[in-house]
Amino acid sequence: MGFFQAFKMAMKSILGNKFRSFLTMLGVIIGVGSVITAVAFAQGSTKSITDSIQGLGSNLIQITITGRNSNRNITYKELQTFAEQNSNEISMVAPVVSSNMTLKVGSKSRSSTVIGTSGEYEYIKSRHVQTGRFVLSFDNDYMLKTAVIGTAVANDLFEGQDPIGQNMKINGQVFKVVGLLQEIASGQDTSDDDQVIIPVTVAQRLSRNGNIQNFSVQAFDATKVDKVMEILTTYLTKIYGNAEAFRVFNQAQVLSILNSTTDTLMIVLGGIAAISLVVGGIGIMNIMLVSVTERTREIGIRKAIGAKRKNIMVQFLIEAIMITGIGGVIGILLGLFCIRFIIGGFKITTPVYSPFWMTLSFGISLGVGIIFGMFPAYKAARLNPIDALRFE
Amino acid sequence: MIQISNMCKIYEMGDNSIYALNNVSLHIAKHEFVAIVGQSGSGKSTLMNMLGCLDVPTTGNYILDGHEINKLNDNQLAEIRNNKIGFIFQGFNLLKKLSAVENVELPLIYQGIGRKERHRRSAEALELVGLGDRIYHTPNELSGGQQQRVAIARALVSNPPLILADEPTGNLDTKSGADIINTLHILHENGNTIVLITHDNHIAAQAKRIVKIQDGMIIEDKEAV
Repeated sequence: MGFFQAFKMAMKSILGNKFRSFLTMLGVIIGVGSVITAVAFAQGSTKSITDSIQGLGSNLIQITITGRNSNRNITYKELQTFAEQNSNEISMVAPVVSSNMTLKVGSKSRSSTVIGTSGEYEYIKSRHVQTGRFVLSFDNDYMLKTAVIGTAVANDLFEGQDPIGQNMKINGQVFKVVGLLQEIASGQDTSDDDQVIIPVTVAQRLSRNGNIQNFSVQAFDATKVDKVMEILTTYLTKIYGNAEAFRVFNQAQVLSILNSTTDTLMIVLGGIAAISLVVGGIGIMNIMLVSVTERTREIGIRKAIGAKRKNIMVQFLIEAIMITGIGGVIGILLGLFCIRFIIGGFKITTPVYSPFWMTLSFGISLGVGIIFGMFPAYKAARLNPIDALRFE
Repeated sequence: MIQISNMCKIYEMGDNSIYALNNVSLHIAKHEFVAIVGQSGSGKSTLMNMLGCLDVPTTGNYILDGHEINKLNDNQLAEIRNNKIGFIFQGFNLLKKLSAVENVELPLIYQGIGRKERHRRSAEALELVGLGDRIYHTPNELSGGQQQRVAIARALVSNPPLILADEPTGNLDTKSGADIINTLHILHENGNTIVLITHDNHIAAQAKRIVKIQDGMIIEDKEAV
């Protein structure tokens, strides 16, 4: 008996019980569909973060100040002096003082992230203006109240008028808008465009807690990253008196942290998928056992007229595999539908379509069919023809 | 064709041993039409299972068409059933979801015969039993007599040397039963060996030779009048 014949028999039996077959498949459909959707979502989110980190280049070093066990704070002046002293290794330093502040133009107001920094921020973060200019060093030197605004802020507060040269109030202080940032956000996520950049010296005075929270240092090239990290650690330990008040890390480390996070996420997803597929598989085993009992007489007839154990086994096994296989295909379609219309439709993130995960989840669903179809098929194949023929 | 010697089938029921077949010896030659008659519980169904290679005896030998059945395993028994025996059952035992022609094709499927030839031979077999115009009907669309004729077509489609009929008329009215017996006569005239198992002496009288069985033993073996 050929496999084609077995497929035809299985198809007949599945179509003969459409609703039951569908219910049996449902576990696999939901399992596969949710895995594909979740993976597309997770990989999409990870990819956008990875892309933006990699866009910054590999010679960037981030320093986060936690201030633990220390009363001392580093100043912008000290940072500048430090950079000049190590000008063989360090090309740029950009401090960040960031907090939420109230913006006001005329009667309109909104709350946005205000970042105090220096001119180097533009190059380190690739955050360029489309019109006007960025914050420059003399803004910091003379503590000029100048501001560079993001497009979301401009659109809201200036409503299409050219914002350059206009005044706006930040926490009650009058600032002059000198530049408009390029739009970078994609989709509905506008948080990167809802920003105002001002000189760091001004920001320190404006905010209640004016400490520098973090800063970015750019090494001259990638080979000097390790050296710079060493110098930085020594220097900062001296200033803060202990090594716990700050953290120094480079892009490679950030990426590896991110990757390990992604790996964890994938393991969790894999676990959920495995559980749902096992549950689906138990459902399939259950139905196949019922089906074997229901068809005891059929099995008896087939054995009496010459079916071997192998034939009966193959017939029931293929039926189980086909149920999970069809379930897998429907699950993939369901997943694609969810990615396209739920993740894509609500612009939650840009999903990544992963052929690998689609193939894998389909393969696993076939595997579930084999594993959970095996026992019922074995049971059917072992039936004694006399008893099976007598079965009512 | 069939050579049974000293066959016993013993069922252990607690401490008792029940002899369903007690030292049965039987020889059936090619082209015979034999009826095995007995009351229910006489052991005739057990004998039928033995003859049909559905069960193996506790002791004794069985040679069917040159094959020593005692020495075969499950798969080889399935092959013997497939190639050497055509079954006709009291309850027809057709698959309800398949059409008449698909039911008849079943033994050929397990022989690995191709689709076209399967269909041709099955249609021919149905033609032979007078159902040439109903080959796509399912069992539910056929009368009892017609269903039994589909079963006969299935039994003879692979042209087996032995046809085993187990109470083939038991579920049929007198007229349909007579039809079936006639069909068996035709098969016999075409050269098939037929073993008919029944409890009904009138049906048995149709055969050329009658073997009576009681309490697991053959008590009479005679030519029909």
